[in-house]
Amino acid sequence: MTAAAPDRGVVLRLTGITKRFGRLAANDDISFALHEGEVLALLGENGAGKTTLMNILFGHYTADAGSVEVFGRELPPGAPGAALAAGVGMVHQHFTLADNMTVLENALLGTVPLWRFGLDRARGRARLADLSRDFGLAVDLDARIRSLSVGERQRVEILKALYRDARILILDEPTAVLTPQESEALFDTLAKAVRRGLSVIFISHKLHEVMAISDRVVVLRHGRLAGEVATRDTDRHRLAEMMVGAEVALPHAQARDPGETLLELRDVSMAAEGRRVGLNRVNLSLRAGQITGIAGVSGNGQGVLADLIGGLARPDGGELRVGGQPVADWSPRASLAAGVGRIPEDRHALGSIADFTLTENAVLEGYAAPPFSRSGLVDWRAARRHAEAIIARYDVRCPGPDTRIRLLSGGNMQKLILGRVLEAGPRIILANQPVRGLDIGALTYVQERLIAARDGGAAVLLISEDLDEILALSDEIRVMSEGRMSPAFPRGSRTAAELGVWMAGQGFDHAA
Amino acid sequence: MEIVEILLSASFWGAVLRIASPLIFATMGELICERAGVLNLGIEGIMVIGAFAGWMAVYAGLGLWPGVAVAMAAGMLFGLLHATLTVPLGLSQHVVGLGVTLLATSTAYYAYRLALPEVTSPPRIEPFQPVDIPVLSDLPFLGPALFSQTPLTYLALGTAGAVALVLYRTPLGLALRAAGENPSAVEAQGLSVTAIRMGAVIFGSGLMAVGGAFLTMSAFSSFFFEMVNGRGWICIALVVFGAWRPGKALLGALLFAAFDALQIRLQQTGLGAVVPYQVFLMVPYVLSILALVLMSRRAEVPAALMVPYNRGDR
Amino acid sequence: MRLEPVAAPSLARTLGLPALSLAMTVVVASGLAMLAGADPFATLGLILKGALGSKFALLETLNRATPLIFTGLAVAVAFRARLWNIGAEAQLYAGALVTVLIGTQMGLPGPLALAAMALGAVLAGALVLLGPVVLKVRLGVDEVVTTLLFNFIMLLFISLLLEGPLKDPMGMGWPKSEALPRDARLPRIVEGLRLHWGFGLGLIAAVAVWIVQTRTTLGYEIRAVGQNPEAARFAGIPVGRVLLKTALLSGGLAALAGFSEVAGLKGSLTLDLSPGFGYTGIIVAMLALLHPLGVVVSALFVAGVFVGADSMSRAAEVPTYIADIALATALLFMVVAILLTRFRLVRG
Repeated sequence: MTAAAPDRGVVLRLTGITKRFGRLAANDDISFALHEGEVLALLGENGAGKTTLMNILFGHYTADAGSVEVFGRELPPGAPGAALAAGVGMVHQHFTLADNMTVLENALLGTVPLWRFGLDRARGRARLADLSRDFGLAVDLDARIRSLSVGERQRVEILKALYRDARILILDEPTAVLTPQESEALFDTLAKAVRRGLSVIFISHKLHEVMAISDRVVVLRHGRLAGEVATRDTDRHRLAEMMVGAEVALPHAQARDPGETLLELRDVSMAAEGRRVGLNRVNLSLRAGQITGIAGVSGNGQGVLADLIGGLARPDGGELRVGGQPVADWSPRASLAAGVGRIPEDRHALGSIADFTLTENAVLEGYAAPPFSRSGLVDWRAARRHAEAIIARYDVRCPGPDTRIRLLSGGNMQKLILGRVLEAGPRIILANQPVRGLDIGALTYVQERLIAARDGGAAVLLISEDLDEILALSDEIRVMSEGRMSPAFPRGSRTAAELGVWMAGQGFDHAA
Repeated sequence: MEIVEILLSASFWGAVLRIASPLIFATMGELICERAGVLNLGIEGIMVIGAFAGWMAVYAGLGLWPGVAVAMAAGMLFGLLHATLTVPLGLSQHVVGLGVTLLATSTAYYAYRLALPEVTSPPRIEPFQPVDIPVLSDLPFLGPALFSQTPLTYLALGTAGAVALVLYRTPLGLALRAAGENPSAVEAQGLSVTAIRMGAVIFGSGLMAVGGAFLTMSAFSSFFFEMVNGRGWICIALVVFGAWRPGKALLGALLFAAFDALQIRLQQTGLGAVVPYQVFLMVPYVLSILALVLMSRRAEVPAALMVPYNRGDR
Repeated sequence: MRLEPVAAPSLARTLGLPALSLAMTVVVASGLAMLAGADPFATLGLILKGALGSKFALLETLNRATPLIFTGLAVAVAFRARLWNIGAEAQLYAGALVTVLIGTQMGLPGPLALAAMALGAVLAGALVLLGPVVLKVRLGVDEVVTTLLFNFIMLLFISLLLEGPLKDPMGMGWPKSEALPRDARLPRIVEGLRLHWGFGLGLIAAVAVWIVQTRTTLGYEIRAVGQNPEAARFAGIPVGRVLLKTALLSGGLAALAGFSEVAGLKGSLTLDLSPGFGYTGIIVAMLALLHPLGVVVSALFVAGVFVGADSMSRAAEVPTYIADIALATALLFMVVAILLTRFRLVRG
């Protein structure tokens, strides 16, 4: 990749962007510029203000102050089409594709005047085929989006932007859903784009990627610009410091001797459902006093595994054993009764009920039994005391137990869920992406609590897409790929690069 | 066999098209709304207001076609109300839809009583007359069955074709289908989800109202209370039965009308002497429930149906 | 324009906006009266007088409110669980039918007959709603349309019975069932006043539903399922079973409206037993913000509007449908008001 050349023309300039939501300043006086033919990395923690900034750029939000300039012209605020028309293309983290339509139709959408009759598919098809060849974006133009893999969908998103003659490409956490190989292919495509004079903004929080492909790095922290450096003048360590403020010591679990096996999967298979991968003869044992980390690109069977252990699904084949016994009737309640504490992947959709108070959320899993209810009657005083205890013990910052949980920040919401789970005294803890989207304070807190639970003798299953987190916390690491489970690798026995090979799906055949 | 005799008569098939016409209009209207992501439970009331407005306009001295336009405008007005509450405000489509049905129905009744305070039986208008299509209407059997209908029936069939064409062959249709599947795909391409959805609900409501107007301006010549009688709810079932595709929905409406025409004729036969007429009248409703049950697992529901869209949320 | 959540809505906001929506309804009603060439203040005065102006008017309002309390509760209970029961009309008729069957055919002595009739009615209404809800839970069939269609089927079924096996031989050709025996009727609350115990039963039912919703695990489950079924399922709440229980409760409550109308007021079953009490129950429940005790208040309000409008239209040239329009308008204003208590409209 070429080094930054500041004398090249500025294609995009943000000046003094400020956006407040209530008291919170999501963006506070942010200014930077993107030059022609460079890859600029926009780095920041979750909640640092990256997404808000992009929403302003694309007119979804109107900034309270500041301006956006593309190719020397100021964009009108709050006009969603303006950035697009000016030649800015965005590849969102959550794809903006209509699943019921073909690749071609998705690309044509919005590029032909609405009130014209006919679509001129032939012309669109020819141009897309050219673009797809030039940029190395192989995809079947007549395939419905529904039938495409995640990697293919991302290619469609990039094609869509190129089809609209985008001169600036913005990619929001593009590698979160890709295997290392797919990521390489993406970087290849970006290199081709830059050679053709396009400019790229690459939003990420993965430092090694930022170091690998960017020319320049802009760092956001708490909605403010924390720094701007040429990539060759910095390193991962210094970037991390800029991103989180002072240097933080992330929790790091020390090795311990594991105890007995508490939960075991023997040759468990689960059928795939639609696009969702199943499980393919998975063996896994969770032992007391041990953290088992599951690494892998998301969507490779981790969700099904979590559903299985959480009681939302039953094995189609093979055996699930808890406490040495095969389970007979498996449900969320049975899972809870067997001593499984469950921290779900999505705390908003699964972990809590937004319009319930903290008290009501605190007893979501325990309401049906004493002390919270007797013969069908809820003891709200006991429930409230329970909520107060969790708030105090788990440092949940909130106005009180009668607050609706929707008003809490993600970190405090997660602490309440953590408290609900841990206060039940689980022997097995299922922690599915427990720190995703949390700021550094809440993140360290949750991780420390999980380590403490392990030290207290619980078996912890940690599922995460973040390899660094897995490496730091796990006593034993396994990798999932396409529903298959790798052998267990003891702490320290594999490097990140070696695990990456497994994540790409290699090695399973020999292991089986 | 009496059934065979009925099925072989041209007048039966003529009746099928006649019965299907209001359902086709309203089903296409609902289909447009749902394809864009909005369930429109205002349909029943909007059909009532359409039936009333079209008839009243003609009674007041307007021509038949201007009457249809008045009906459509009335429907679009209530569509605008529905759209405003459910699209930008994102309110419950169930509650708003029922509210619009209650409001539109009672508005029609109130206006009827205001306009005609004294009458005991509603006045008649001169409705649309059957138009023979040259040459085709002279065909044996097929002629009187299919080519001797009122203009509104031809329009209904044309509407179904036009909806299919627009949905699958034009940029507008692309945007509509995308809005009901993944609104952020529409927004990301620089189009307004709000505008597309509101437009779909308003235009779809207009079609529903024309469906209602068919009852007073083509099938009958007067406006009666309760004359829509659940047809709107049946159309919602027909959209599901048609798997949200205009072609299949049209087929569903025709099939449904055939059953309805058949039960009317069976009432006149020996069977009608044995079985109470209420059982025959139940047939359409039972069929609709059956259709819903049959299609429940198979249909491809628009993924964003009933999901409000708030810009910038993702 | 965007909607932005209001962190802690003030009391003025939570009470003021619904009050404002009722005030705006009055404005709309005045406009309608003016359209009819009447003086709006006089019209509103006549409505008020017709609803509350005399002992007779007041009792009429209470009587009209009675079935609305039951159907309003039925809807409120179901909507809490996001179970769209639009079939209260069918459940009401099912209850009325069983009430008449038990009361006229079984020859039970008075109090026992009443108990059997009420219980039978509850079971019948519960069963009628169970069908659509089983279809929803098992097959994912939308219950809105099925419950709506059931209303038409039930009415035809009742018509069939009233013209056939249940027809009163003394009814002079009118489709009407045999009348309940004297001792199988609900007694009056105060001797001499035309108000029966159905109203009392309605109040008891409202309190009972309130207790179920706030104090029992079932009430907690119903609210959880209504707010977020995925999270409820994850937490171990049996979502399907909760919906079925809700259906039994809701259908049973709606059926009590039929029981109370037949046993308390009409004495027999006719096809015009309910002028849409089932549908009006939706308005009653929404105006009460789905609160069971609020249902009582809003049922009284809605009944007052209807009774008042009936009486007004006899005196003035304003059609009685002004009541229906006003209530539908109130419903729509109210949902907007509820939205605006929790969100504010902001630019950009």
